[in-house]
Amino acid sequence: MAGASKAVVDSRANLPFVYRQYSPEQLRQVLHKMYLIRRFEEGAEECYMRGLIHGTMHLSIGQEASAMGICMPLAEDDQITSTHRGHGHCIAKGAEVSRMFAEFFGKTTGYCKGRGGSMHIADVAKGNLGANGIVAGGIPIAVGAALSSKRMKTGKVVVSFFGDGANNEGAFHEALNMAAIWKLPVIFVCENNGYGMSTSTARSTAVKNIAERAAAYSMPGVVVNGNIFSEVAEASFKAVERARAGEGPTLIESKTYRYRGHSKSDRNRYRTKEEIEDWMANRDPITLFETELRDFGFIDDRGIEAIRDAVAKEIADGIEFAKASPAPEIATLENYVYTEHA
Amino acid sequence: MDAVVRELSYAQAIQEAMAIAMDMDERVFLMGEDIGVYGGAFQVTGDLVERYGTDRVIDTPISELGGAGVAVGAAVTGMRPIFEFQFSDFATLGMEQIVNQAAKMRFMLGGEVSVPVVMRFPAGSGTGAAAQHSQSLEAWLGHVPGLKVIQPATPHDAKGMLLAAVADPDPVMIFEHKLLYKMKGHVPEGHYTVPIGKAEIRREGRDLTIVATSIMVQKALEAAAALEGEGIDIEVVDLRTIRPIDRQTIIDSVKKTSRLLCVYEAVKTLGIGAEVSALVAESEAFDYLDAPIVRLGGAETPIPYNPDLEKATVPQVSDIIAAARDLVKGVR
Ligand SMILES: Cc1ncc(C[n+]2csc(CCOP(=O)(O)OP(=O)(O)O)c2C)c(N)n1
Ligand SMILES: [Mg+2]
Repeated sequence: MAGASKAVVDSRANLPFVYRQYSPEQLRQVLHKMYLIRRFEEGAEECYMRGLIHGTMHLSIGQEASAMGICMPLAEDDQITSTHRGHGHCIAKGAEVSRMFAEFFGKTTGYCKGRGGSMHIADVAKGNLGANGIVAGGIPIAVGAALSSKRMKTGKVVVSFFGDGANNEGAFHEALNMAAIWKLPVIFVCENNGYGMSTSTARSTAVKNIAERAAAYSMPGVVVNGNIFSEVAEASFKAVERARAGEGPTLIESKTYRYRGHSKSDRNRYRTKEEIEDWMANRDPITLFETELRDFGFIDDRGIEAIRDAVAKEIADGIEFAKASPAPEIATLENYVYTEHA
Repeated sequence: MDAVVRELSYAQAIQEAMAIAMDMDERVFLMGEDIGVYGGAFQVTGDLVERYGTDRVIDTPISELGGAGVAVGAAVTGMRPIFEFQFSDFATLGMEQIVNQAAKMRFMLGGEVSVPVVMRFPAGSGTGAAAQHSQSLEAWLGHVPGLKVIQPATPHDAKGMLLAAVADPDPVMIFEHKLLYKMKGHVPEGHYTVPIGKAEIRREGRDLTIVATSIMVQKALEAAAALEGEGIDIEVVDLRTIRPIDRQTIIDSVKKTSRLLCVYEAVKTLGIGAEVSALVAESEAFDYLDAPIVRLGGAETPIPYNPDLEKATVPQVSDIIAAARDLVKGVR
């Protein structure tokens, strides 16, 4: 190792977890992807406003550090189940934005060949078993994937993302219990953004921290600041180690905030403008991470500019790809309902 | 007589019915996800929470099975809950309480209790919400003795049938097509009811009976109007209730027109069309038939996201026109 690098390594000793664990290049990649998620969401929103995309969508702007932090220690063949607010998870797990846009445009080049749209976005090749239109729908599925991993000895770890709202569905409780009794390699990640649609966790949930639910199922329950990338990644890293060692599941509660309304039809009557602005101004996950990277000397302004430019181009190219892609033929309407036999 | 005919949207008509029901009876209350300050996912409850408070307009956690069960328990013990599923698709999560409990409790207990619960289900496709937010599951519940299942097709009926449902001592499941919520029509002021179990002839005709449900009633009426110019005279029967089904109105209409077309949005096979066709085939109307019975229903697929595929999945006005024309001209 060259002297300069050694100095960097030494000076890193007192830095937060990710700066010790990952290379500067890897961390710059993280910033790149956090921007990619945000610009993707903004691009999707704009296409929606312009009538290019129909249906509805749930944007994860403000939650980028959570998606990236959880996925940071995952290997390419580890798996996730995601939620209706799943664009960030999809990108964090390695999806290409061009094929995601194509899906939103209902095109055959989309990840679901135009059948699924935003709410069912997936990238099975990269281990994303799919977003879900049903709150808590993905949680037992993740446990099933972890059962496969254990039985088939693939060594895969499975992450189930879900929102705070999901912790009051029966499926959540049944799934956590099974994961615990069978010591499965699964990590339950509750992205607590304070609200399930209009209902605050204070109004919906009997415990103060959803991580407390873990005690009922004899697994570790960890609360992290979901807007601080390093904190999320560190908790995820430990949970992945535990899962790979065969010690069973972990529940991570990642406290974060969504900037946009729940979906397109939200009038934001259940929260104040001040609350939203406070989160945006003081706890923005990208700003926080970018500032740290700069302060710790991992990136300079030119580096940041370069990332922003590259992301802008990726988004523009992705939208062009989506527009230019073919739509499915009506004659294929009943494809994929059942497995096609040769 | 109204000087001006008062018009409300279908959603407003339901909201007005719920307000009237709450004004008339202290025991009536509303439960569901985001029905309070949010006003409901489709703004059906709107600002009712401001008028009736959070004790009577209750936001539940995202807990459909538990929520439906709480409504059943309250109904059995003297209250009159109106429970909103945010989307009819989530009936799948509440099914245990609906099918095993609400529908059977009176029977299993030998008539010792009634279950006067009303459940509302925003249903159907056409909004680009894809496979888990677009289904038409009414026939599932229609298969369960003990439940009553209705599908109002106009703002007038949405109000009158909801008020009938609240007054009904048994569980009533209301399927409301999401694309109807904005539809406007005449809605009388004050309290009135539209009977559960009674179909309505929306348009009289001699050549063909179309039995339709929910939004397909509107599409069938459009098709009938379009075919008038070709000299084809269509009778449109709005089924309104799928359990208990109004056999007589269907049979009488088919005896008059000698042809039957069933139109509904749910998946075609094993659905309402099968029931309507079979009841005609089993009745004296069978001898009057001049042509095979035809069903137009949804394709054998989940609802796709792509808008053109989505449209192709459920019957459109042009499909009804083509089918009706073929039937009357004897192409079938
Ligand atoms: C079983 C079920 N119930 C209700 C809904 C409607 N719905 C979709 S997202 C949502 C809120 C979910 O809140 P949360 O889990 O906190 O996730 P967030 O939207 O905050 O990311 C609701 C009520 C649904 N899709 N599935
Ligand atoms: Mg939430």
